[in-house]
Amino acid sequence: MRRFVFLLILVASPMLAVTPDEMLDDPVLEARAREISKGLRCVVCQNENIDDSNAAIARDLRLLVREMLVAGNSDDDVVAALVARYGEFVLLRPSMNGANVILWFAGPALLLAGLGMALLYIRRRPRPVADRLNAAEEARIATLMQEE
Amino acid sequence: MIAELGHFALIFALAVAGIQTVVPMIGAWRGWHDWMRVGNIAAYAQFIAVAFAFAALANAFVTSDFSLALVASNSHSAKPLLYKFTGVWGNHEGSLLLWILILTLFGALVAAFGRNLPPTLRARVLSVQAMIGVAFLAFMLFTSNPFLRLVSPPLDGNDLNPLLQDPGLAFHPPFLYLGYVGLSTAFSFAIAALIEGRVDAAWARWVRPWTLTAWMFLTIGIAMGSWWAYYELGWGGWWFWDPVENASFMPWLISTALLHSAIVVEKRDTLKSWTVLLAILAFSFSLIGAFLVRSGVLTSVHAFANDPERGKFILGILVVAIGGGLTLYAARAPSLRSNSAFSSISRESGLVLNNLLLIVATVIVFIGTIWPLANEALTGSVVSVGAPFFDLTFTPFMVVLAMLLPMGAILPWKRAQLGRNLRPLYGVVALSVALGAAVWAFNTGGRILGPVGLVLSSWIVLGAVADIANKVRLRAVPLAESLRRARNLPGADWGRFFAHAGFGLTIFGIAAVTAWEVEANREMAVGQTMQLGAYELRLDAVEEIQGPNYSARRGVFTYFRDGRELGQLLPEKRFYPVQQMPTTEAAITLGLWRDLYVVLGDPQQAGGYAVRAFIKPFVNWIWIGALVMALGGIVSLMDRRYRIAALKSRSSRGIVPAE
Repeated sequence: MRRFVFLLILVASPMLAVTPDEMLDDPVLEARAREISKGLRCVVCQNENIDDSNAAIARDLRLLVREMLVAGNSDDDVVAALVARYGEFVLLRPSMNGANVILWFAGPALLLAGLGMALLYIRRRPRPVADRLNAAEEARIATLMQEE
Repeated sequence: MIAELGHFALIFALAVAGIQTVVPMIGAWRGWHDWMRVGNIAAYAQFIAVAFAFAALANAFVTSDFSLALVASNSHSAKPLLYKFTGVWGNHEGSLLLWILILTLFGALVAAFGRNLPPTLRARVLSVQAMIGVAFLAFMLFTSNPFLRLVSPPLDGNDLNPLLQDPGLAFHPPFLYLGYVGLSTAFSFAIAALIEGRVDAAWARWVRPWTLTAWMFLTIGIAMGSWWAYYELGWGGWWFWDPVENASFMPWLISTALLHSAIVVEKRDTLKSWTVLLAILAFSFSLIGAFLVRSGVLTSVHAFANDPERGKFILGILVVAIGGGLTLYAARAPSLRSNSAFSSISRESGLVLNNLLLIVATVIVFIGTIWPLANEALTGSVVSVGAPFFDLTFTPFMVVLAMLLPMGAILPWKRAQLGRNLRPLYGVVALSVALGAAVWAFNTGGRILGPVGLVLSSWIVLGAVADIANKVRLRAVPLAESLRRARNLPGADWGRFFAHAGFGLTIFGIAAVTAWEVEANREMAVGQTMQLGAYELRLDAVEEIQGPNYSARRGVFTYFRDGRELGQLLPEKRFYPVQQMPTTEAAITLGLWRDLYVVLGDPQQAGGYAVRAFIKPFVNWIWIGALVMALGGIVSLMDRRYRIAALKSRSSRGIVPAE
């Protein structure tokens, strides 16, 4: 049911991502706006950025981004303003602060650890062939012989 | 009535799966051959029962039997017949039934094609396969029964989500499931081998074809899903790093690693316990994917509506399967010793690096996918992890993988000399760099990504060619001799050629469309023309049309190049009244060199329409590359060594233990 209501909200505002009337005349500013929009989450959507989203709030945010750019704000200012309003939830690329460090560095750390282990494994001296079998191996041979 | 029989068939299948779990396992343990043989009969019976249940459900959908709750809430009498049928798996219950159907199919195939397996191994594999069957059949019967009736059936149904009424998505799930579920066979083989305490070259040779089959279907399934997103979602993207996409991508990455490490076990009798671990992990990630999609812990565009009961049940299955598998692994793996060593410059080392990079890439996708959940649990704050994160963290590993690939593939086993063994690749490096430099020089103002992608791609494709040329001793012996050698190369060598070349083509498609895409986004009135790169696009008319179960507004565009008329483009904006949902049908001209992609938007205040158009250079190479990769899988499967190996195993059975 909740899903259905959600769809109704979508239908209520049928729009096509960025529409021509929103776009800025200055191509440089517009390109910056597009780039910023691609990194911002449409907060009511499921994993969509505001540039792609059809939701009404995404349109509002696109317009806000453009207004701020026209007013002379830097890209960082715009993003900071949106984070101040919606929290880090709005960033599709999380910051590198706090616990997010785990997110960002787990891959590279694992790579280094893996490389180390692989090197140890490859460099290990080939195990000398044991001249005598231990008790467990003797027992195993005995059972295998019986099975045959 | 038929639905009740279907329901009964599912209960019967559950009972049979229970028997198949217990009897062959005891038989293998005690050495009772007739108990072991029960596994085969049970595997066939289970498959037939589930196939009957599936047919019963399909019948209900095709005949629009709205007395079934599932049909009433997911189908509609006005829906085209094809989508009535594919609607069977367009919902949670039906897709789960398809999942189980494929699981039992693989069980039956192991029974049918496994005649050459040692009887104890086959009995144990079938028993493990049946355990998975028990878990999922119980899940289905207790939480997601597709055959529930309604007391008062509605006159008509609720219809299928219009986004799913599309040929691309109609056949995407069966392929994907053949991949996911096919990995269960590798899992069963791994568990059975751990119970037997034996992993050797013969085991690897039995596991590899199953993994290859699963991998191939997974490759095609993911490619279809991505293609569907490209033309159906209407904004021209082809990969969104959506949790559901990631859920299918992780098993693909792991099974790719598994394919490669199984070669080492087969050829060099080493990396055994690692390969067994990968076989367990590959299916574990399939299960994790099923959990992510069906439990509702992560929201996504394509996830099925879901409830927490189901989530808990799948979580239970997940914990038992993965926990049990890994516990058994921890207990038994130390006994799987490998004695053959290799130097740090060798094909083995190359494959170890391949595995490492693929695993790290998988871990990045995994952590990124679950991070919003994990972070909320850890710190209580809500974060998002989206495409910009994955693009930044995942891509470097793929670039390194692509750089190392041709070198690893051409090195000999055991010990190599870089200078001598890499000589066939010198020309390839020179040619690739020259090609990239030329494109870079002409590509003023474009992004550097294009030329870089081209260099990588030609390095891989030409590297694969050089590898084959080296194998057939092209130009060292007469051409006729080379051709004869090429004909006699094992299927595995040609499979490698196609799979690697396909990877190269996909990389090129991705880099090219990312770097050189052209977009135009403006308001157009009827009769107006807009410039799109070297093309002109004229809006001739906008008309209202009526489809079988939707109404639509259709734009009629004509496109030109240098004043020459090339054709018409007819994008639609559809509205499906039953589900109250609009969809965007982009008009696309498919081409090898570029796609034109046009989307019609809403009327604007000034009387025109919003129109968004793209030139997508080389975009289809992404999916062509995936198909070529899958072709490599098929060619490799036809390698006659698998058949010979299967025959030979009869004579060598039980003689050479792994330890």
